[in-house]
Amino acid sequence: MEISMDIELQDIPGQLVLALEPVSDFGGNILSVLHQRDKKTPSGRIPVQLVFELEEKRLDRVVERLKERGVKVVRIGKERLKESMVVLLIGHIVHSDVRDTIDSIDRTGFAEVVGLSVSMPGVAKKSSASVTLSAIGKKELEEALQILKRTVNKKGILIITPI
Amino acid sequence: MRIKTGIKTVRISIIGFGNVGGGVAEVIRRKREEIARRYGLNIKIVGIADLRGISVDENGLSEEAIMGLRRGDKKLEKRADMTSVDLIKEVEHEVMVEVTPTNIEDGEPGLTHIITALESGKHVVTSNKGPLAVEYKKLMERAAKREKELRFEATVGGAMPIISLVRKNLAGNGILSITGILNGTCNYILTRMAEEGLPYEHVLKEAQEIGIAEADPSKDVEGIDTAVKLVILANSVFDMNATYKDVEVTGIAEITPDALKLADDAGYVIKLIGEVDREGCLKVTPRLVPQDDPLNVGGTMNVATIKTDLAGDITVIGKGAGPIEAASAILSDIISIYR
Repeated sequence: MEISMDIELQDIPGQLVLALEPVSDFGGNILSVLHQRDKKTPSGRIPVQLVFELEEKRLDRVVERLKERGVKVVRIGKERLKESMVVLLIGHIVHSDVRDTIDSIDRTGFAEVVGLSVSMPGVAKKSSASVTLSAIGKKELEEALQILKRTVNKKGILIITPI
Repeated sequence: MRIKTGIKTVRISIIGFGNVGGGVAEVIRRKREEIARRYGLNIKIVGIADLRGISVDENGLSEEAIMGLRRGDKKLEKRADMTSVDLIKEVEHEVMVEVTPTNIEDGEPGLTHIITALESGKHVVTSNKGPLAVEYKKLMERAAKREKELRFEATVGGAMPIISLVRKNLAGNGILSITGILNGTCNYILTRMAEEGLPYEHVLKEAQEIGIAEADPSKDVEGIDTAVKLVILANSVFDMNATYKDVEVTGIAEITPDALKLADDAGYVIKLIGEVDREGCLKVTPRLVPQDDPLNVGGTMNVATIKTDLAGDITVIGKGAGPIEAASAILSDIISIYR
């Protein structure tokens, strides 16, 4: 999982290494470090923004270790579903079990339907919907799209995807 | 620009004298002086033929005669002794311009016309998609064997240069894919539906009334026309040996005003997009195009984005249909044979 974290360091040498070590020690992969020496906090500390990949269950131990070392953890952001896309559906969307269509994505574990907007002009007429898919990565998003395509093709629904 | 001093006479025949054939005669008349001055060419029309008959003058048909045929106050002669094929074979000329209607089933009569011309030693310039979609490889091999040119810029994107752009101007680049709107009728319908919130059937009728859609619009709205153009691009740019059957095709008849509205809410427009890439994927489907993408052009315009390995993305936009626009591509093909 990708985690972003805002921390604050004391303004003395060696603090940055002190803050990064626990992430590596627990198998994390550091993606970005923004060390803003010129932007001190009112209490004279230096703000640092970290982004790293780490197994979710190890996060508490990393935070604990940082605190032991005198690093102040200000904010932790977990962004599980990073990638998203909008697709359109045209056809008998609701009457062909829209719940099942959504479930086909949600049950993957790596992708979810996070937005759905349906226009239904009349009972017998075809409806149109925009569906927002989110997934944990680009590859997973593409896989979710393929699953959705297969699901709606079976139901005779037209799917329109972004170029 | 190099100014040519000597003048070379190029005799041509126009096979098929409908809108495009008439357009070719018109641009040659309009541009006569300029073509002579800039390219050193004197283009003479020595024969015209279509289903109604034939008109031949080995010294060149006069402008009045051609104008008369265009206006309809003079008619092509029905001649028992000469068919269009005989004209191509027997009347001496250098370039045969094949502009009969497209037939994607077997490519005829264009296919026979083109083969006859190449076999009797004429260059061929065509706007007819049928023969190229059906027998691309065979025709190219025949042209190469006879050391004759077979040019077809007008088949894809009308006036919009794409085939010569890729082959000449982008020479040295690897072409990764070509993606675009290659049918002005579909673009017009989708643009109007989005702008006015009108249903498909309504806008189609309107397009038919103003002559943008044909009485039988199926070739356009079902994506067949776009698919045939993709086949030509696949074969000419990506060196494939594809036919219409290799293209996955979905048309625009199911698109609803609601869908266009939902697309707009999400920052997209819906366009009928043709895509071909060097992995062999050939697809015509309605797609979501981001509103700020260069492919988002409205009305009857055509557009194509060419993805290349060196030059990055190149996008061309132009008029996809119309007799003068198609004639523009045909004229530049004729001139380029002699440059």
